[in-house]
Amino acid sequence: MPVNSFSRNEQYYFYGLVGIGSLLLALGLFAVHAMEEHGHIITGMNNQIVWGIPHVFAIFMIVSASGVLNVASIGSVFGKPMYKARAPLASLLSIALLAGGLTVLMLDLGRPDRIIVAATNFNFTSVFAWNVVLYSGMFAAVAIYIWTMMEQRMNPWSKPVGLFVFAWRFILTTGTGLIFAFLTARQAYGSALLAPMFIVISFTWGLAVFHVVQSAIYAWNGKTHTPEIVRRMKNLLGIFILGSLYLVATYHLTNLYFAHQSGFERFILKEGGIYPQLLWWGYGLFGNLIPLLLIFYPGMGKSRCALLASLLVILGGFALLYVFIIGGQAYPLNIFPGYEVSSSFGDGQIGLYSPSLPEFMLGMGGLAVAFLVILVGIRALNFVPHDKPHVAGASD
Amino acid sequence: MKVLLLSFLLAITPVWAADVFAPKLDIGKGGQCVEEPQWMRKNHMKVLMHQRDETVHQGIRDSKYSLKNCIECHASTKDNSVIGRADSFCEGCHRFEAVKIDCFECHSSKRRPALVQGESK
Amino acid sequence: MSDTDVRRRQFLKTSVGAAAVAIAPGMLLFDMAHGKTEAVSSKVRWGMLIDTANCADGCNDCVQACNKENGLSGGLSPTDSQWIRKVELNDMRSGRTLALPMMCQHCAEPPCVDVCPTAASFKRADGIVLVDKHLCIGCRYCMMACPYKARSFVHEPLHDQKPDVPRGKGTVESCTMCVHRVDKGQQPACAEACPNKSILFGNLNDPDSEISRKIRTVASTQIRADLGLNTGIRYQGI
Repeated sequence: MPVNSFSRNEQYYFYGLVGIGSLLLALGLFAVHAMEEHGHIITGMNNQIVWGIPHVFAIFMIVSASGVLNVASIGSVFGKPMYKARAPLASLLSIALLAGGLTVLMLDLGRPDRIIVAATNFNFTSVFAWNVVLYSGMFAAVAIYIWTMMEQRMNPWSKPVGLFVFAWRFILTTGTGLIFAFLTARQAYGSALLAPMFIVISFTWGLAVFHVVQSAIYAWNGKTHTPEIVRRMKNLLGIFILGSLYLVATYHLTNLYFAHQSGFERFILKEGGIYPQLLWWGYGLFGNLIPLLLIFYPGMGKSRCALLASLLVILGGFALLYVFIIGGQAYPLNIFPGYEVSSSFGDGQIGLYSPSLPEFMLGMGGLAVAFLVILVGIRALNFVPHDKPHVAGASD
Repeated sequence: MKVLLLSFLLAITPVWAADVFAPKLDIGKGGQCVEEPQWMRKNHMKVLMHQRDETVHQGIRDSKYSLKNCIECHASTKDNSVIGRADSFCEGCHRFEAVKIDCFECHSSKRRPALVQGESK
Repeated sequence: MSDTDVRRRQFLKTSVGAAAVAIAPGMLLFDMAHGKTEAVSSKVRWGMLIDTANCADGCNDCVQACNKENGLSGGLSPTDSQWIRKVELNDMRSGRTLALPMMCQHCAEPPCVDVCPTAASFKRADGIVLVDKHLCIGCRYCMMACPYKARSFVHEPLHDQKPDVPRGKGTVESCTMCVHRVDKGQQPACAEACPNKSILFGNLNDPDSEISRKIRTVASTQIRADLGLNTGIRYQGI
């Protein structure tokens, strides 16, 4: 390996990154402290928009955490060696993203000091409570999975454990979708389609996140992607993008078809100000169309295109979640069908929401948690994918 | 024998030392408590917790152990409160023991003014 | 264990015993003189019948009474709590207008209770839906689930709460049907305050109660009856 200035100073760069991550985390914790001190009044959230930016960050991370494991599942469940070499890294990303997402979710609570109550008082009818079990189970399952892969004596177990993790994350993402699917009274949610939609979306985001991290690791180590690996992963990403686009479109189309939902769709697709903008431009154009072109357009699809496509998919994911979570709440509840309503409590009015700095700081703090876990994890243990020379292209 | 006596003295020291440094509390109106004070010092949190669940979930408003009644008697006669000063009935002791009180973020720490009291009893 | 400890325990035991003997008779009297000692039962289901025809446009007495009784600020910003609000309705087809008070509907099958992860949202045996603020972690899922937008989140630290109505930052709250008054045999503040007596409070499970008799004779509706939640608050004239 050529000794250039980067590899000489590599460890300083590493500590620099740790420093940046820690700083972001500290800022996030500062925001939490401020929210504890002053209450949620310092956020943009209110009694109409009860979930805001922190939930966009948290749900993005939790959904990606499940989806990123897809890479591992293709390896261990379906036995593709190329993906198998990436299973440990995928598992690490999963744990990191889950940790980040849950941190945000937990610290956004009105009483984060009471989080233990969620474990001691368990309401079995609550999807939220199921998710508490699903998330903590996921941590344990993935940790064991990593162990079976990294400890040679445990290797024979990695396949069954991989299968278990595969099933578990399916249920987990279903659970995340059900958080919204069970809200029958709200026009934006309460659709059974949300569970499969979240699952396919998780594949897309997870793979995009994986690709970004993998590219960064390769660049760091001065390695380059084998064209074959890039080709396969970007094609898979393209298929996932199409799949999630299909489900998102179906969800809106079914809503359009039901007369009582058409008001909501008019709002979210056309008249809702920021929400249609984000949906069409953010999610549609930048999150789907451009990535698809980057992947499939003749002459495109090189390593750099695939990286850019992945980054755009992540961006589009945030846009979609913003529209889905916040736009969905902004549209007023239809308490009196057939009536025009007004009141002092925002009945019949579009909910107003302007995200505040502390919310972003909290969300970024969660990303920082994930970032630090990945950074330290890769440094401490052998998570970097090792392709055996003959593997790429050997079997498909 | 001397050693024994000395060790006995050493053993007993913390007990009266605690008394010397223990907070002097403003016990408010005071009077006959619902239980023996020594017992209350040890068990008031259990009693309050039990009463809280019964009141909130079952509507049992038997006021023997109610927080409201504690405050009624023990709020300071100066500022009508059980918290806020070093010698306040709740806060004085809790500061000394370094135990956070969570009650008064939601519950009123003040004795009800006489007027309201008459109206709602 | 040092012998001091043993002696201290002995002393505690005897003193507690003696105290118990001394206080016991007094305690009995004390018990009898004070509040309700019996648990609420499902033989009762508290409810209200609201006659919208009598609900005057522009009258806000129920809202003000609620604010006063429960120590709410009365502020109207999107972060302020509103347990009851006046809603003005305008029928888009006929143009008929009406007004009504809207609050927690005290459902028999409350969605907020179903979704609450810690069981802080609960329904009392007598049908009143409440938040146990000792258990509420402030996740606000109940606010997402409520079809009536009846709940508020406390966004700021509070001071000088009413002794009977504990409320605090970081927890969710809503109309309690003035449970502290109901337990004393009184009516909810809004019902008492309505100048036109258009809020009728009573026991839906007692066939002879005024509210039950009226519900048998006049047409009443539940809001969003399509959701099948069986609300305890019924409306006349929608």
